[in-house]
Amino acid sequence: MPTITPSLVFQISLIGVVFFALQISAAVLVYFERKISGWAQQRVGPNRTGPLGLLQPLADIVKLIFKEELRPVAADKWLFYLAPILSATTAFAAFAVIPFGPPTTFFGLLEKPVPLQVADLNVAVLVVFAITSMGIYGIVLAGWASNSKYALLGGLRSSAQMISYELAYGMALAAVLVIANTLSLREIVDQQSGFFRVVPLPAWNVFLAPVAFFIFFVAGIAETNRAPFDFPEAEQELVAGYHTEYSSMSFALFFLAEYVNMVVVCGVTVSLFLGGFYMPGLPDWLGPLWFLGKVSFLLFFYIWMRWTLPRYRYDQLMDFGWKRLLPLSIVNLLVTAAGVLYWS
Amino acid sequence: MAPWLFYLFAAISLFCSLGVIGQRNPMYSVLLLIGSFISLAGLYVGLDSPFVAVTQIVVYAGAIMVLFLFVVMLLNAPREDVAPGAHIPISGAVKAYGAVLALGMGTMLVWALSRLGVVPFVADPQAAARVASVRDIGVMLFRDHAFAFEVTSILILVAMVGAVVLAKKTV
Repeated sequence: MPTITPSLVFQISLIGVVFFALQISAAVLVYFERKISGWAQQRVGPNRTGPLGLLQPLADIVKLIFKEELRPVAADKWLFYLAPILSATTAFAAFAVIPFGPPTTFFGLLEKPVPLQVADLNVAVLVVFAITSMGIYGIVLAGWASNSKYALLGGLRSSAQMISYELAYGMALAAVLVIANTLSLREIVDQQSGFFRVVPLPAWNVFLAPVAFFIFFVAGIAETNRAPFDFPEAEQELVAGYHTEYSSMSFALFFLAEYVNMVVVCGVTVSLFLGGFYMPGLPDWLGPLWFLGKVSFLLFFYIWMRWTLPRYRYDQLMDFGWKRLLPLSIVNLLVTAAGVLYWS
Repeated sequence: MAPWLFYLFAAISLFCSLGVIGQRNPMYSVLLLIGSFISLAGLYVGLDSPFVAVTQIVVYAGAIMVLFLFVVMLLNAPREDVAPGAHIPISGAVKAYGAVLALGMGTMLVWALSRLGVVPFVADPQAAARVASVRDIGVMLFRDHAFAFEVTSILILVAMVGAVVLAKKTV
């Protein structure tokens, strides 16, 4: 058995804190999503539960817990309950490799500085990719196990969408990897501290690879099934898509997974393109704050887009993914590689 | 890697692999195969090659199995069909022939395995760094084995074109 050392205690509490923070972030996101949606539509949004409606997420959670857990008779019992668990687990697991702060000793509490990141792997970027690709199974299984036509169509759409956008996503990622020359997220973030030497801009990858950023962001929206790519849950066509037959906490798990996935994708985008927890000219030890700020901005952008752009048609989405985004990302990768060869 | 972790992943992998062929619901078979791939990835991590482990998950568990799942879902076969002709009574001679073959196969396996000595896995930090380094894998793949790599990609391209031709409806 390993002996209990301060760093072990720290590691375990870090996991706990990250897990808890992700859950809270989902609740906060639900609140802001409803508030911003309200503002976008010139209405007030939730304002009855607590001051400014701040207790609304809590009320929602209580409601969900006390609802009855229903399962269609024809559903596959095991897979029906496995699906939401798989969805939520993969969503949480992906955050483990995202760094959200510089190494710290907590004001001298620990002997040597520890990085603010659950697991620092040298293949972190690929791990994120692997875990998000496993997230599809939760949705596909939910669609299949429910044994209902809306759920099945939603599940099929979702997985078709995710595999078509994963390629463009990976290609955009490869462009960043070519620039960074490493697969470790921490090293990629560290390379983006401070300013460029020639121009007074933060040394963020978004300025080096703007096209990759655009592709990554768009593919990220499709990966998280958000508007304008929210086909799996297109209400007018599919009721609620893959989670039509779910109620109570198993529905809540899907909901949680969706919001945590958004946070993860935004966290990865920030780490790869927007300098992670570094803010040039500002103190590094406030890193988690800068990280939170950037992620929140991207999340706001997600909600903003939802009320700005109408939903695509399904064939348009496939067309856009395979015939436009994928070739664009391949050309972008070649151009980036040529640029790196030329300037390095 | 702690031995108990090896036994854990090996047991899961074996259990899942047996499950793939041992039960008749194709959906469960696909899922068990994914479970088997993931536990194999766990074994790779234990052998100091995280890159291979992650690739295993991205390529096999993530990409290929999604297609398997798609096909199974669209066919929507709750149970595997009994093979045509399975109801034909099998004569005793055929059964005996099968049994002899199976016995021969079993003996061969046991003999081959008994000839293998048990070589303990020695954690060699240098070798581990070589296997784990993505740079070294890339150099090896694109410089030393470039020909094999390109030939494989052409093979896959041909297969892809073939699939398109087969699937295309004559207009």
